Amino acid sequence: MSVLEGKELRVVGFLCNWCSYGGADTAGVGRFTQPTDLRIIRVPCSGRINPLFVMKALVGGADGVLVSGCHPRDCHYAEGNYYARRRLEVLKGLLPVLGIDPRRFEYTWVSASEGQRWQHVVETFTAQIHALGPAQPFAGASRPADRHRPDAAAV
Amino acid sequence: MSIQDELKSAIKAALPDLSCVIGWGAGPEPLRAAPLFIRGEADLQNFSAGFLSVNNPALYLPALKGSKVGVVAKGCDARSVGQLATETLIIREEVHVIGYPCEGVIDVDKVAAALAGVCEPGEVGALREDGDNVALDTPKGEVRLAKKDIAADKCGRCIFPNAENADVFVGIRRAPTVVEDAYADIAAFEARGTEELKAFWEKEMSRCIRCYACRNACPLCVCRDHCIAASREPHWIGQTDDVPDKLFFQVIHAVHLSGRCTGCGECERACPLGIPVLKLKRALSRRVENLFGYKAGIATGTPPLLTFNIEESTIKERDW
Ligand code: SF4
Ligand code: SF4
Repeated sequence: MSVLEGKELRVVGFLCNWCSYGGADTAGVGRFTQPTDLRIIRVPCSGRINPLFVMKALVGGADGVLVSGCHPRDCHYAEGNYYARRRLEVLKGLLPVLGIDPRRFEYTWVSASEGQRWQHVVETFTAQIHALGPAQPFAGASRPADRHRPDAAAV
Repeated sequence: MSIQDELKSAIKAALPDLSCVIGWGAGPEPLRAAPLFIRGEADLQNFSAGFLSVNNPALYLPALKGSKVGVVAKGCDARSVGQLATETLIIREEVHVIGYPCEGVIDVDKVAAALAGVCEPGEVGALREDGDNVALDTPKGEVRLAKKDIAADKCGRCIFPNAENADVFVGIRRAPTVVEDAYADIAAFEARGTEELKAFWEKEMSRCIRCYACRNACPLCVCRDHCIAASREPHWIGQTDDVPDKLFFQVIHAVHLSGRCTGCGECERACPLGIPVLKLKRALSRRVENLFGYKAGIATGTPPLLTFNIEESTIKERDW
């Protein structure tokens, strides 16, 4: 696991219950090794993801945010991911103007059977976040992670 | 007949069917007009529209839903009316829009900058419009300023100065300032890079006093007392005066206005600290225009974030 180099960053993942969470599970059952930076939050549907979830994580100091839902045409609720796609695509326009590197946020689609693809997505995104390094929180932020990440000073 | 007189007669003609007409009248000081609620002909003597007609009268419309009201509208105000109607936050048939060719409105902050070393804007004794200029009586004598130098930024990129959806239009339609909003200001801002901009917002938001004037001035911020910024559960923002809490409020406003903001600029104008909060909304408006070709308040039909295409021709998804 070369991407890790012994240091973990905090990547928040919002995964829909029916496809991507299943895909992550499939990856686990298949014992596909993955970087461990990703903290998964399971939501019913990518359409449930308020763009403010992403922003709350990023402004709060997350190093990266990954959203994953069902492939288009595969949404368990038929069209949740179509709305999500538009919202998240629009949201990308806010990040650079706010002073957040837009590469810290990405969204994609992974189905429940795509364990291998899940592994690939997590590896690629985690590598991307590691290339960017830890996010500098907005000044004045209390960043509890500093307590949990004793190596922060060295990063 | 002058535009003022024509507007007054248009208001007078409409008044019998309306509970009131919202326009502008004398404000607290010579540089500022204030919204005027015209309920009878007697109120008309206080009415005037022009360079000081800064406030967006569409702000009051959602609360008046259910009664017939008139608004005197600049081009940008009319866009707000259009967007509110598209979202059924108002019933378009209930609103009587009286349009006129807007020549731009004052930005008092720019006057303050131009008067630096002379006096404070509040010390100006009188303002007289004189064609393309204004004459200000200051304690140190008359100061003349060109209107274009002290007009709001939004007027310099105005594509719809003539209340496109007016029920009655008074005067002669004027040519737009520009034919297309190129969002050059946002492109230049963004080009400063994320590191610099992060520092920029840290500095700007450290000045924010959380008064929420930006929200209260926004015609499309209709939740008012139910704003998620005031909710304890879920607790979106804390009650500190730290930058992240204050910045997140701006993120909420911007995200909730994406695909809805018409760029009327009232948020930024109302901010007592002069924080350029409109930039965030314009960044999202640019995105919505580029992706979906949607200009809020002009386009009709379902707003882009309330619908979708199964194949999105303008969205290039990442192929991992
Ligand atoms: S966010 Fe600002 S510019 Fe946009 S509609 Fe509201 S007040 Fe106007
Ligand atoms: S109007 Fe200005 S000071 Fe008041 S909450 Fe908005 S940004 Fe902050």
